[in-house]
Amino acid sequence: MKGLLFERNVARFAAARLTSALAGSGRGAGVGPLRLTDLEPPELPGDEWRRVRPLLAGICGSDLATMDGRSSRYFEDLVSFPFVPGHEVVGTVEGSGQRVVVEPVLGCAARAVSPPCPSCAAGHTGGCERVAFGHLAPGLQIGFCADTGGGWSAAGLVAHPSQLHEVPESFTDEDAALVEPTACAVHGALAAKVRPGDTVAVVGAGTLGLTTIAALRHLSQPGVVLAGAKYPEQRVLAEELGADVVVGPEQLGRAVRRQSRSLQSSGHLTGGADVVVDCVGSAESIAQSLAMVRRRGRLVLVGMPGVLRLDLAPLWHREVELAGAYGYGTEDAAAGPRRTFDIAMEVVAAYGLGRLVSATYPLERFEEALAHAGAAGRRGAVKVAFDLKGTAP
Amino acid sequence: MSPRPGFVLEVDRSTPPTLFWHGEGYRLERLPIGSRVLYAPEPHHALEDPVGAIRRALLEPLGDVAPLPDQLRPGMRLTIAFDDVSLPLPPMRRPDIRQLVIEQVLDMAAAAGVDDVVLIAALALHRRMTDDELRHALGDRVYDAFAPHGLLLQHDAEDPDNLVHLGVTDEGEDVELNKRAATSDLLVYVNINLVAMDGGHKSVATGLSSYRSLRHHHNARTMQHSRSFMDQDHSELHSSNWRMGRLIAASDIKVFQIETTLNTDTFPEQFRFLQRREWEWSAKDRATFMASSAALARTPPRLARGIFHSIRAPHRMTSVQAGEVEAVHARTTANVYAQQLLEVEGQSDVLTMGLPYICPYNVHSIMNPILVACLGLGYFFNMYRGRPLVRQGGVIIMSHPTPWAFHAGHHPSYIDFFEQVLTETTDPVEIGKYEESFATDPWYVHLYRTGHAYHGVHPFYMWYWCAHALAHVGSVIVVGGDRAAVRRLGFTPATTMADALELASDLVGPDPTITHLHSPPLLMADVQ
Repeated sequence: MKGLLFERNVARFAAARLTSALAGSGRGAGVGPLRLTDLEPPELPGDEWRRVRPLLAGICGSDLATMDGRSSRYFEDLVSFPFVPGHEVVGTVEGSGQRVVVEPVLGCAARAVSPPCPSCAAGHTGGCERVAFGHLAPGLQIGFCADTGGGWSAAGLVAHPSQLHEVPESFTDEDAALVEPTACAVHGALAAKVRPGDTVAVVGAGTLGLTTIAALRHLSQPGVVLAGAKYPEQRVLAEELGADVVVGPEQLGRAVRRQSRSLQSSGHLTGGADVVVDCVGSAESIAQSLAMVRRRGRLVLVGMPGVLRLDLAPLWHREVELAGAYGYGTEDAAAGPRRTFDIAMEVVAAYGLGRLVSATYPLERFEEALAHAGAAGRRGAVKVAFDLKGTAP
Repeated sequence: MSPRPGFVLEVDRSTPPTLFWHGEGYRLERLPIGSRVLYAPEPHHALEDPVGAIRRALLEPLGDVAPLPDQLRPGMRLTIAFDDVSLPLPPMRRPDIRQLVIEQVLDMAAAAGVDDVVLIAALALHRRMTDDELRHALGDRVYDAFAPHGLLLQHDAEDPDNLVHLGVTDEGEDVELNKRAATSDLLVYVNINLVAMDGGHKSVATGLSSYRSLRHHHNARTMQHSRSFMDQDHSELHSSNWRMGRLIAASDIKVFQIETTLNTDTFPEQFRFLQRREWEWSAKDRATFMASSAALARTPPRLARGIFHSIRAPHRMTSVQAGEVEAVHARTTANVYAQQLLEVEGQSDVLTMGLPYICPYNVHSIMNPILVACLGLGYFFNMYRGRPLVRQGGVIIMSHPTPWAFHAGHHPSYIDFFEQVLTETTDPVEIGKYEESFATDPWYVHLYRTGHAYHGVHPFYMWYWCAHALAHVGSVIVVGGDRAAVRRLGFTPATTMADALELASDLVGPDPTITHLHSPPLLMADVQ
């Protein structure tokens, strides 16, 4: 069965990096380590495990960074080759036909690590400290692990029952495909610790930025949400999902200054936003975020950063709280602990986030799909996904 | 030889192409046969002895006031306020009129033994002038005598300690003035009356006031009821300032008004063709036009801007009158009209205009899109008496590059206005809901008071200035402008004049009547 396989190949990795740097994100797929090939279904690592046949599998920013050869070397020991990418997956469980979304983190439960690490013990599977250990090959998530398969393959993937979430009947496949990225946004929105009335700025309006805006609106009571969105479609969606002020990225700092009625000194605001959520993760976006967050405010990195050159003097001088927000697990909700995916499903339903799936491609057209995803904003798209519904054996 | 009056040309087959200003450049356009082109009256003769004329005006004032020397005495507080960098346009060659007038006032004050004298640049909510601009306006002698001693001030409309609230008019308008001016024994105001709107009670009531006062007449409603604001008999802007001026007079503040008029000798010799009628261009004019056009086409905008803003106009004083405000202003207005009025028969479907590189608010700066709108729809559209040059529901076509560019130091709130207000609405009435937040924004206040920034509310005023035109015409088309910037203004972009006329035909039909306002030099249409 056809699937996309990412192999360790330094020369191809370099070629992808060069091509994507010259031609744009997603353009390096044709020369990179990713190839379409015939794959066998992955072995079940244990009796409890289930096979999942993907219906839709999204292309995430972290996937693009991997395909472009620009992901951080930090992840080198946290993945295993060759792997089938694809961790934003809605599929059916082989045997039962149950429609599920996959929570891809390969935590202690999936790895049969006992006793579990403190993070997993507390339900914060996204923070699992054992993702390179246990009876599975290293891998942060399904989609980066040699043993589990991934969503970009008709051969499917294997998942531990703890990773499967039944999809409500009312959900379209597109809604379901947005649950995983929305879970990241939910985790980020909760990590922002927004207090009622806070001014919140969201940098970036791709999938993460847009779902973060929805999550912030759903889970907190910000006074004003400002968003920096580069493209017209993004601006429309950002407004629809709850941003009060939507401006171009280069205008966001000025909009925050206006909103907070701050003065400005050395390029930084005397006041600023109480919370800034950076959904881009570049040096520019983080520097911009630091320039617009207030003294002792909170800056949350939801977008995946890499190796960056950054002046952190303002962070130090203004005593800004910098927080990373990765993945999901269990959140400390007012009514008690709740799975992030359960909350994400609420947000997806409340805001109709399935509409963010702008285009789908068959696996055979993976180069086009990745190029489309790499230029999503410019081409008026948000989420690009692989459609595997016609690939049943 | 007497200067020729203005002229209305009807375009025919033999008419050469018409010159249109286009920002830091100009273009020749062929207007359809039958179009009218309005040419300004030629520059009136200047006063042969301007200093003598100034002294006579001070000694023989108009209205029921004593000659200036009789009002001066030792121990008194004398304040001399003067128009800021927004006048005249382009800035004039040295000596500036303000210098000539103020030197004479100071000579008389010195002769009378007055030693408490302060000069104040009447900025209202305009940007502070630079030292060079002040020195240019006042001359070395005055500048060096006052500036080093802290006696040359710039009005600060955000300094609560230096403002005094005089009361409210019978229409409920607050009158708040500069405290030094209001508490002086005599306030002398030195005007340069470039257009009919300038001067009169507006000098003190606007130039030395605060947002608290200005908001009563700098708003969309007032501007929509000023038809035009260049015609004081039909201007609500004028009426409001007059009410305030009379309250100021009733508050025992003695104002000695000095008003001066200029001829329309606008450009120096190398650009003289810009104020000649095209069919009268000499071979030298044509050569200069072609050479300068070719050079400007290759010049980066920033450099071109620098070249144009270095122009010092040769315009000269044609009259000076002093004394009681209203008597002075009546004479001044007659003199402005004598230089600028041009009788025009009826309105047209389309009004075209070429907008130059400068307006009152971008001296040594960038003509940003909001100022482009204000110059075309605020100033040029309102240069009429009687009826607008374009009919109700007609089309205005403006030629200007309209760059999406702002001077961050001069126009910081303009940037936010462009990005955050015009994206919501371009309705001059509706934008009012954002006004106060801009007017009271502490960052803009800081930049206005300590830098060279226009006040935070200023872009709103520029948009209000357009209110009458926006309510009157059916469409505004900008030729050769940055398309995104033009659209942000709510206007329609066009690449060429022919395209613009084609677009206009949707509204005014395929064979519209067209009038072109060939300005600058300034002219005011007296539309019958």
